[in-house]
Amino acid sequence: MLKISGWSLIRLYTILIYAFMFAPIVVVLVLSFNPEQFGSFPMKGFSLRWFVKLAHNEPILHAFKNSLILGSLTAVFSTAVGILAAMAFVRYEFPGKNTLNTLLISPIMIPEVILGVALLLFIRWLQQPKSFALLVIGHVVLTLPYVLLIVQARLVGIKREYEEAAMVLGANALQTFKEITLPLLTPAILAGMLFSFTISFDDITATLFWATAQNQTVPVKIFGMLRNSISPEINALGTVMIILTIAAPLLAGYLSRKFAKGA
Amino acid sequence: MENITSSPAVQLRGVFKRFDNVVAVEKMDLDISEGSLMTLLGPSGCGKTTILRMIAGLETPTEGDILIKGKRVNDTPIHKRNLGMIFQNYALFPHKTIFDNVAFGLKYRHVPKSDMKNKVFKALEMVRLPGVENRMPSQLSGGQQQRIALARAIVIEPDVLLMDEPLSALDENLREEMRREIDNLQRMLGVTTVFVTHDQREALSMSDKIVVMKDGLKQQEGGPEEVYNYPANHFVADFLGHSNFFNGEVVGLENKQVRVKANEGNEFIVESPGNWTVGARIELVIRAQKFKVFYKNQQPPEGSVNLLIGRIKDRSYMGGEVSYFVELETGTVIHAIDMAKLKPFRRGEDVGIQVAPRDCSLLSKTNGSA
Repeated sequence: MLKISGWSLIRLYTILIYAFMFAPIVVVLVLSFNPEQFGSFPMKGFSLRWFVKLAHNEPILHAFKNSLILGSLTAVFSTAVGILAAMAFVRYEFPGKNTLNTLLISPIMIPEVILGVALLLFIRWLQQPKSFALLVIGHVVLTLPYVLLIVQARLVGIKREYEEAAMVLGANALQTFKEITLPLLTPAILAGMLFSFTISFDDITATLFWATAQNQTVPVKIFGMLRNSISPEINALGTVMIILTIAAPLLAGYLSRKFAKGA
Repeated sequence: MENITSSPAVQLRGVFKRFDNVVAVEKMDLDISEGSLMTLLGPSGCGKTTILRMIAGLETPTEGDILIKGKRVNDTPIHKRNLGMIFQNYALFPHKTIFDNVAFGLKYRHVPKSDMKNKVFKALEMVRLPGVENRMPSQLSGGQQQRIALARAIVIEPDVLLMDEPLSALDENLREEMRREIDNLQRMLGVTTVFVTHDQREALSMSDKIVVMKDGLKQQEGGPEEVYNYPANHFVADFLGHSNFFNGEVVGLENKQVRVKANEGNEFIVESPGNWTVGARIELVIRAQKFKVFYKNQQPPEGSVNLLIGRIKDRSYMGGEVSYFVELETGTVIHAIDMAKLKPFRRGEDVGIQVAPRDCSLLSKTNGSA
């Protein structure tokens, strides 16, 4: 006897939502191993030919390298600025604090298209050419709110007494930061770097405005390729991107757990 | 204390502290003798913690000077003051081992590695926790953590030890044990200590001197017995122990005794130092613990003096003692705490209560004699 209760409906509903969310991704993953030029089911075999072709595609490899460098730089700069800003907002009082905080968080709420155009116009106004530096600056602006929110939340949780105890014991402000605040912030810093790297690595909308022919990122490249033709290489590239974006947080989680145990 | 020298270890000279428009501490003058334990006692928000934090350098006084060992330290940054501080919530560094926690202060005093080890182990022994150096703070109980905090503070041989409600996060049984531990350690090391608390028992039991505070103002300063037995004003009498207050006037002077008439009509004989004049408006203070409670028809222990008859209105049994609220014929309710007999009095029972003249004290209602 099959009894249909409210719970089984909710279960079905949940399964459907996940299916709709992940089915397209699974299709990309599966089709990337399809030997044929045009994707259709059932597949006629299993092949890595598109991955091999991808590995020999100079422009894509170049874009890939760009994306990795851009993501890493964004993560480093965004986190460095984010930590300093969070320290100022949480630990000190100064006029205009709330306004400044809102301004730094606001890129989350502003549509990326507008942000993209705005930074472009600003660069024009400064009479500077588009460059890789522009991309880095743009991505730092995009990712800073996330880092700031994460680090701020963690910093609020670190009791002031730890720092006060260190200072009373003889550590100056810098030593206190290095010995106490920074180590206690580590999980938030790692999370912030991860966030900014993945956001930067995946971003397309704003990056379309800022990228030049030499400074293409992977998402911009994919977008360009899709305009010409639907090459199965894109599936292979998509698979690589998906694996990277999933692996990065998993690796970070593993590392942070390992650190926590060792501590 | 044997070796109290004349020069105070810590001095406050006319210290004011304002936060925006709120006055936290008002015109505070304090002398803390070398090697003594001084307690700042008062309800929350009275400014006692602010004073401690100003001595530590965690707050700057708005006005006035703070001197440590005779040297003005207003402009000395925190990390150069050579102090030990104990926080309410231990504040052990959660990411460092016990060894690294205790050794933290030594690191900035350029103590050689080998000496550092000896000093840390000696400090751990002093707080009776040897062998925990490799553990993390989270692996210790609250009481143990506070002992490590104590070890961390004394290992640097501070000029002054500052304690901010160090016992209030511990549970009742542990608190008494820890209190005695701090007391013994302080006396053994002879380190000048400032202890902040809102708990009168802690203050009375460990202090050489107590400063009672309210709303940023010093209310009274003196030894525990002095503050308890001769409260300077209504607030001190009320804050330390349970007191009964009666407004009234002096109606007679006989030898050293003062006859006082409460507004409600009862007359009391009071032994009080100070010069009182007939007709002076006074406030009579009698501690609840000073009243004896007995059967109405029983022989009063002190003869006929200060004998009152009433009815038990309410009582709470507290094990060793019983707290009674006795309603007199005049309607006045008196709070009396007496030793618990085998069978405490019940609600509604008629009893006699009595207080000895030496156990009453007088406060002047106008700012006259005291």
